[in-house]
Parts: sequence; structure tokens; C-alpha cells
Amino acid sequence: MRAARAGAMDLGVGMAAGPKDENISRKAAPLSDEEVSRLRKDFPVLGLESAGSPLVYLDSATTSQKPQAVIEALAEFYRSQNANVHRGVHRLSQAATAAYEGARKRVAAFLGAGTPDEIVFTRGTTEAINLVAQTYGRRHVGPGDEIVVSAMEHHSNIVPWQLLCEENGAALRVVPINDDGELMFEAFEALLNERTRLVSITHVSNALGTVNPVKRVIERAHAAGVPVLLDGAQSAPHRAVNVAELDCDFFACSGHKMFGPTGIGVLYGKREHLETMPPYQAGGEMVLSVEFERSTYQAPPHRFEAGTPAIAGAIGLGAAVDYLSAVGMGRIAAYERGLLEYGTDLLLEADVRLIGTAKEKAGILSFHMDCAHPHDIAQILDDEGVCIRAGHHCAQPALARFGLSATARASIAFYNTKEDLDALGAGLEKVKRVFG
Amino acid sequence: MADEHALYQRILLEHSRRPRNFREMNDADLTAEGHNPLCGDKLRVYLKMDGEVISEAMFQGSGCAIFKAAASMMTAALEGKTRREACALSETFCNMIDSEPGDPVDIKRLGELVALAGVREYPVRRRCATLPWHTLRAAFETHGRTRSTA
Repeated sequence: MRAARAGAMDLGVGMAAGPKDENISRKAAPLSDEEVSRLRKDFPVLGLESAGSPLVYLDSATTSQKPQAVIEALAEFYRSQNANVHRGVHRLSQAATAAYEGARKRVAAFLGAGTPDEIVFTRGTTEAINLVAQTYGRRHVGPGDEIVVSAMEHHSNIVPWQLLCEENGAALRVVPINDDGELMFEAFEALLNERTRLVSITHVSNALGTVNPVKRVIERAHAAGVPVLLDGAQSAPHRAVNVAELDCDFFACSGHKMFGPTGIGVLYGKREHLETMPPYQAGGEMVLSVEFERSTYQAPPHRFEAGTPAIAGAIGLGAAVDYLSAVGMGRIAAYERGLLEYGTDLLLEADVRLIGTAKEKAGILSFHMDCAHPHDIAQILDDEGVCIRAGHHCAQPALARFGLSATARASIAFYNTKEDLDALGAGLEKVKRVFG
Repeated sequence: MADEHALYQRILLEHSRRPRNFREMNDADLTAEGHNPLCGDKLRVYLKMDGEVISEAMFQGSGCAIFKAAASMMTAALEGKTRREACALSETFCNMIDSEPGDPVDIKRLGELVALAGVREYPVRRRCATLPWHTLRAAFETHGRTRSTA
């Protein structure tokens, strides 16, 4: 039986792109245009046409496209390894278990976790945050306590805490953001007090593109004795993340935004936290023994993975992080920085209002046009084969800060090119012709 | 633009740029609020009644071009209609929006509202066109409660 990753490695794709340790280097050379055009061939969807034009996919912050290596890893699992995990004596089950736990090791290495036991597979970032709220939160947050979030959070990093606060009589405190969409650090410091039980903040804002100074946030929170959860949904796919170096207590991310499958995500938690946390969902897999008087639970991470997990999804995610490591996260980040600059200039020339102009920004271009509503912009762009997102991006408070209920948002990944952004620019000219 | 866009027809764009009856009415006899949480379209419909007859229809709100044009055209079409005629027109209009692209449309009854028939090609935009009409019915039925199309 072949190992699950064989499918991914066989394809070889951008594997020539560079050594793995580039993850750490901040000064990595950007991917060259030739490398990107080679890498694009790994993504079948990018070769499609839409509305008679070549498909231009500028919606990776919503979900990313999948390389052949990931698609093949999924198919290979179902073709030659499909069995339940942690159940059987038979060889097929052992192979499935090895592939599943192998994926956990890969994800742990990719995120810089000390041990795979600190990696819990979830359905996605949303479930990872809910898991922390319902286990760690329920245990540690009581009446009069406070949880700190920022004004740029995704709804999935607001509502789980609201539910917890309602249930336990705690209060949600919100760090304001400035007109550029940057965290107001002094206001953050002022919010920390002896009642603060947790800081839960996004690494990169999905609506504004802001990259938060998470290292400083964590240092400051820890100095006040407060643990920190990072929502890494928009950072893990685009920059090197090292949870040990960051010293965050929890880190959540989604497979489908990391070029992996839907239905799989990751919660990293420091071992000291995971070990003392009560179970999340209950059922098979998470127990050691069950009697009607009482049951005992597995150690982490399995304590938090009740029921049959998304086995193929985890293996697909393992293939995705292998792929990303082979390309090099440092090189990806450097390339995307260049594209962001190009896209920012292009949008400024197009005379749209950029929403989110932080000094430290990731490849997210949220904008507003006076002449057209975001849904109309997205509709006209779709006629040209250009896919963007329009709406509130599940971050209504962030947009409300700018007096808006919706924006148009183009988001980039390493498979995008200047030509993609040129197509966006041409589409916006058409928007102006129709609505101007 | 050289030729007409299948969705954004000239008459529709004209209404969305300069919506008719686009203001608040302080002494409305009937009013209701409508909201599409999916895309954020939001409006309030106001009706001034002369017995059973709509003497004035107005709206306020924000949203996309389809939504704004639909609301503007609706208020223009309502004036002078009885409550029953307005409900019948609402049904005819919503049936047209929910029909398949290419299905015949009742031009005689719908008049310039047929300019919105292009929405049928774009299923996710259908609610933008029908929200004002759903809100109208809410004004008749509930007088004031928010109507959500989610």
C-alpha cells in the first residue's frame, strides 16, 4: 500500500522551487513569474474558462483552489487506503491510521508546533474557535470576567465569545481600530486587566487585509497573565507561521483556505492548556472507557476528536502543507507582497476607495466605488470571468467602522499574476462605463 | 455601452441612478421595513392610502442597482392602484422573477417592470428584485414589522 503522501510527492510540481527551511527566512526571494506560471498548471480550476474568458480567480480569501497533489491525495486515499482510523486490527485500518496521524505530524511541523499532540483536527477555523470557547472558555471564564477581541474580527471570532459571555455572565471587550484599519495598540493595553481571561484576535484581517502585530500582542497579554488565541485563517495560507516562536496559546486555521479540502481545519493548543481542557463533543474515539457511572477520556488531541474524523480531509491537508512547504512560505509571502503593491497601485489609479490601508497588509484588496454597489461590481466582473467577493465578508463590525455594510474584495494567492490584476482593472473600467 | 447588458438594461440603470419616490414619508398610512441579510439590501416602504386606493408610494433604503431600480419602478407602478390590484401585480411580478429565462412575460400587466426579467438569468439576484414587493405585502399585512427574505 502506498503512503498517502505518495500521490502528492509523485507529482513533483513546484517541488523544485526551493528548500523547506525557507519558511523561517523573512528575506526569501519572491517566486519568479516563470515559477508561478509553472505552479499555476498544478491547479486544474485555474485553466478553466468562465463566461467565455479565461477564469481569473481573485477570491482565495473565501476559499483557495486545490493543486493536483491534494486532489490526488484524496483520490488515492479512497482508492487504496479507505478504512476507519484507530479502530481496526486489519492492515487497511492501520494504513489509514498511519496516513491520518502522518498528516497531523505534517501540520504540526508546518505550523511549528512542538509535538503533533498539540494539533487537533476540526472542521475549520470556526469549529476550532468554538472548541476553545466551549471547553477552555467554559472552565476559565466566569461572571464579571472579560474576553478581549478586536473591531476587525470575523463573525466566527465574535459570536462564540458572545455566547460564552451570555452563558457565564462575562463581558466582551473590543479593541478599536484606526482609519487605516490598524489595531490601536495602546487601547488594547488599556483593556487588559485582572478580569481579562483571554485575548482572541485575528492574525490577518479577512475584510481589511491588516496584519496584526501579534508578537507584541502576545508578549503584552502574557505579561498580564492572559493567554492569546490567534485566528490564523488568513495567515497560515500566505506566510510562514511558527506557533512556538509566536508563543500563542491557541492558533486556528482552515484547510480549504490553505489549498486543502473543505471540512478540515486545525486547532493548535499548547499542551498545558489542552491537557486540562474538558472534552468538546462526546462520543466514540474521545473516550478511554465508558461505564454508566462515569467515563474517562483520551489524552489530547484525541479527546477533542469525537466520532469518525474527516480522515481524507486531514490527509488532503497534509498534502497541501507538503506542497506549500516545497514552494516555500517565505517565497510565497514575498511574491504576494509584490502583487499586493501592484494591485494597490492599480486600484488607486482606478480611483476607488480602498478599505483597509494598514502599513502591514496581506493580499486582500477591499474597496468601495461610489457609482456601484459591491454586488453590481462583482456581477459585471463575473461577465469578464473575474471572480471576487462582494458583501460584508462575515465581518460586519469591521465594515461598520468605515460606515459601510458591504465592500467588493479581491484577494490574492501565489497562483495569481499581474495579468489577473490587470483583468480586474479592465473589469472596473467596464463597471464605470455601465454605472458611471 | 454599445449593446444592452442582459441584466443592467438602460431603463433599470436609469431608475437605479435616479430612483423615483425615494424619500421618507412622515404621515404614511402603511409602512414596513424589508431586509435581505444575505447582501445587506434594506428598505422601508411607505404608502398613503385614499380608502382602498394607494395615492402615494415611497421608499427609502440602500442596496444594489437591481434592488434600487425594482423599488423605484414598484413605487411608480403602485400609484392609483387599489390594494387588491397592487397585490395582484406583486404576484405577477414575483412569478415572472421566479420563472425560467425565456418563459413568456405578461408585458400588458407588467409594463416597464419587464425590464427586470433579465434577473431570471442570475438566480442569486432574484431576491434583490422581489424584496421591495415582499415588503409592500408586509406593509399591507403586518403594518410595520420587518420583512426578511432570508
